[in-house]
Amino acid sequence: MSYIKKPKIIRDSDPRNKLGMTFDDYEGVMSTLCAGCGHDSITGAIIQTVFDLNIEPHKMIKLSGIGCSSKTPAYFASQSHGFNSVHGRMPSVATGANAANSELLCIGVSGDGDTLSIGMGQFSHAVRRNLNMLYIIENNGVYGLTKGQFSASADVGSTAKKGAANLQTPIDPCSIAINLGATFVARSFSGDKEQLIPLLKAGLMHRGFAMIDVISPCVTFNDHEGSTKSYLSTRETKREAVYTDYIAPFSEIEVQYEEGSSLEVDLHEGGKVLLRKTDDSFSPLDRSQSINGIKEASDKGEVLTGLLYIDESQPDFTEVENTINGALNSVSYDDLCPGSKALNELLDNYK
Amino acid sequence: MTKVSHNNFTVKFANVNGTGSSSANGMFMKSIFRMGIPVVGKNYFPSNIQGLPTWYEVRVSDKGYLAPSGSVDIMVAMNAQTYDEDLASVEPGGYLIYDSSWPREDLMIRDDITVLGVPLANMCNEKFDSARARTLMKNTSYVGVLAALLEMDTTVIEQLLLDTFGDKKHLIDANKTALDMGFNYAKENFKCPLPFKAKPINKTDGYIMIDGNATAALGCLFAGATVGSWYPITPSTSLMDAFSSYCSFYRKDKKTGKNNYSIIQAEDELAAVGMALGAGWNGARSFTPTSGPGISLMSEFIGFGYYTEIPTVIFNVQRTGPSTGMPTRTQQGDISLCAYASHGDTRHVCLYPANPEEAFYLSVAAFDLAEKLQTPVFVLSDLDIGMNDWMIKDLKWDDKFKPDRGKVLSSEELEEMENYYRYLDVDGDGVPYRTIPGTNPKGSYFTRGSGHNRFGGYTEDASEYQDVVDRLLVKWETAKTLVPKPAVSFSKNNDIGIISIGSCDDAIREARDIMKKQGQKMNYLRVKAFPFTKEVQKFLDAHKTIFVIEQNRDGQLAKLLISETAVETKKIKSIRLYNGIPIFPKDVVEKIQTELKAGKAA
Repeated sequence: MSYIKKPKIIRDSDPRNKLGMTFDDYEGVMSTLCAGCGHDSITGAIIQTVFDLNIEPHKMIKLSGIGCSSKTPAYFASQSHGFNSVHGRMPSVATGANAANSELLCIGVSGDGDTLSIGMGQFSHAVRRNLNMLYIIENNGVYGLTKGQFSASADVGSTAKKGAANLQTPIDPCSIAINLGATFVARSFSGDKEQLIPLLKAGLMHRGFAMIDVISPCVTFNDHEGSTKSYLSTRETKREAVYTDYIAPFSEIEVQYEEGSSLEVDLHEGGKVLLRKTDDSFSPLDRSQSINGIKEASDKGEVLTGLLYIDESQPDFTEVENTINGALNSVSYDDLCPGSKALNELLDNYK
Repeated sequence: MTKVSHNNFTVKFANVNGTGSSSANGMFMKSIFRMGIPVVGKNYFPSNIQGLPTWYEVRVSDKGYLAPSGSVDIMVAMNAQTYDEDLASVEPGGYLIYDSSWPREDLMIRDDITVLGVPLANMCNEKFDSARARTLMKNTSYVGVLAALLEMDTTVIEQLLLDTFGDKKHLIDANKTALDMGFNYAKENFKCPLPFKAKPINKTDGYIMIDGNATAALGCLFAGATVGSWYPITPSTSLMDAFSSYCSFYRKDKKTGKNNYSIIQAEDELAAVGMALGAGWNGARSFTPTSGPGISLMSEFIGFGYYTEIPTVIFNVQRTGPSTGMPTRTQQGDISLCAYASHGDTRHVCLYPANPEEAFYLSVAAFDLAEKLQTPVFVLSDLDIGMNDWMIKDLKWDDKFKPDRGKVLSSEELEEMENYYRYLDVDGDGVPYRTIPGTNPKGSYFTRGSGHNRFGGYTEDASEYQDVVDRLLVKWETAKTLVPKPAVSFSKNNDIGIISIGSCDDAIREARDIMKKQGQKMNYLRVKAFPFTKEVQKFLDAHKTIFVIEQNRDGQLAKLLISETAVETKKIKSIRLYNGIPIFPKDVVEKIQTELKAGKAA
């Protein structure tokens, strides 16, 4: 076999969540990504997120496209159904899956190649539909599996391993998503779990389309000097626009912030997002401030991180479509089939 | 061929598209139908909104032949742009009706037909005020002319107006006025009725007039389909329109008023099929309707669905290819494409309805097959079946029917199992057990289009890979036992056979009758599904010569038979009619006779 199951050792002393599950219960098979790959840190953060949120694994689905990033759903939550689709086409599968059963939580994992090139159309339309899912872009600026070509997120002037500079303008998933009407947009860094985990929690609990662009350095092809998506460069240039905490339903807010600097956003599932601003001119509740903030930071060579935009008031795909909540296959066939009497009556219209 | 007589003639309407002619032409046809006379309508329309030529052909046939006759006995020539060709197409002894408000010099070109001028525009301009009414009511007026010429039952037409317009009294009144105007003009100026007329008989009881996109949509509704994803494309669009309209009536949750279905207009066909697969994977009965160009776009995902074994139904309402081709003309050009869509070794179950009646039953069957075999299933209809109104038997529904969801494990069954593996062939029929997300954590598995082994794990191991693709061949053998059997008309006295497919059926039925009268009897098999069942091989074995008749240039069905059965290639004589018009019986006869003569000469 070319995939390796992780040995499962559970000790009595291991912490358990409210479902009685251990951290290990949320793991997947052994990663085959390169040692030090940012994607593996994100996988770890996802495992921590679903463990902390007490997610029943079979009530969650995890989907991806093609590429290094898209391998990662295999590396977490082995008790959840997984779906590794075709290149750039994960959003359509997620849309169909959501139409079939809107009750399941949905995590989509994609990359900068999978989302911003071949998948740009489907990504845009998933945003437009406000599909209820957490969409993670593991963004490293290169195509790894085909050995280091620039992706559409590579910055102008960022150099490839052999020295050639990228000349084409990057596509910024966050600005694009906000412009398209996304209702939850964040950026983070695979090397900053303290920031990433609360964002993942809030994103997963947000009703509607939550996108998190996670800068996730490629240690093999894009972690050298001259790359703007290396560990070093990202650490130096990232600036947190707003500190984010996720507060679970019925939990106390333990931290106290200075009057005026913090904001609370209630999520539909009962939890809250607690935000602390770092800059008075930036609010993630204001779309234009958010877009301007991203642009200004980028002009200064900074990568703006944190929760960049949130709007909890918009109806999601299921609500707009007026579809029943839950699984369509739970509706009994008797309720789906009009039956012979109705058919005969209908045929009168065609006489 | 068939001589013109009472209840046995063809009326063709030449119009400009966008002038509202289709409702008048439909009204004419439906009135004939309600008089108990078998009738069929073929619409030859442009890929355009307004201003281009469009024709509607109504064949009245007391024998119930539903293919176009290929000849015109009465031409209603309302389009100056096509007047010459319309005039030329009338059979000797036939009639041409035109709008004599603007007399034309070239009327006299043919003296072997009768030309009847009716000042339709002048009459309507006098009677009606608005420009729109003047345009529309010209159409209703010529129906009045036809009613007089053919001695139609006017009470039937009036009742139809009431049924069509309901409480819109002004429309009923206007149409009635226009109808009378045409009727009276004809009565006063022409010898009515013509030597042939429409005589009420009793041959349409137990029949309806409906198009195949509507019946396919009904099939989806009755099969319990809940997720439909699509991207608008002619000629499949009206399938989802119909499904949507049926669902809005029959599929509301009684308590909440919410939809027990989801219809998603996708951004393109690539997404439409992805949605159908996502929904099928997540437990819904799903489908996507499209036409040829859509299949080309969907092909990558179709191979994915085959390899990952996800049920869904894909309707291909075929149109004329290649490329954009002629979007509003019919063809059977996607037989090869659908049989093997996608890269790598892929084969797909395809069903081939012959008419709207079969489109209903085969659409229901497609959903069961997709779930029993856990694979995408195609229903290949075409523009002629999908968009034209056909006279078909009343659709029947058995209330005892329960959908067969195939091998799906319940939560309880999973609890009792030690381990669950997605791609294990437990029963030896090549069909593994599947689980639906949300059921039980023990049922989880990973769906991937990359190499996987029988346990569902990723693999690049040679034998593990081959194990799975070989098992898919076992499933293919199982498919042969489950798909619908062909329709066969067989006598052991005949050593010539015809094999055909889909909407060729009615032309062949009539062609066989014609040839029978000439002393040439032939057996007939119509394939209803791919893979071919053993009945197809038996039929091939039982004949010395087999004419394979289909609507494409390259003989795709003939090639499929040659590659997928053990037939001797030289037995197959391929007959291809592919100009985009539904095929005429007389062309079938002619092609067969030419082949037979060539065979004798050789």
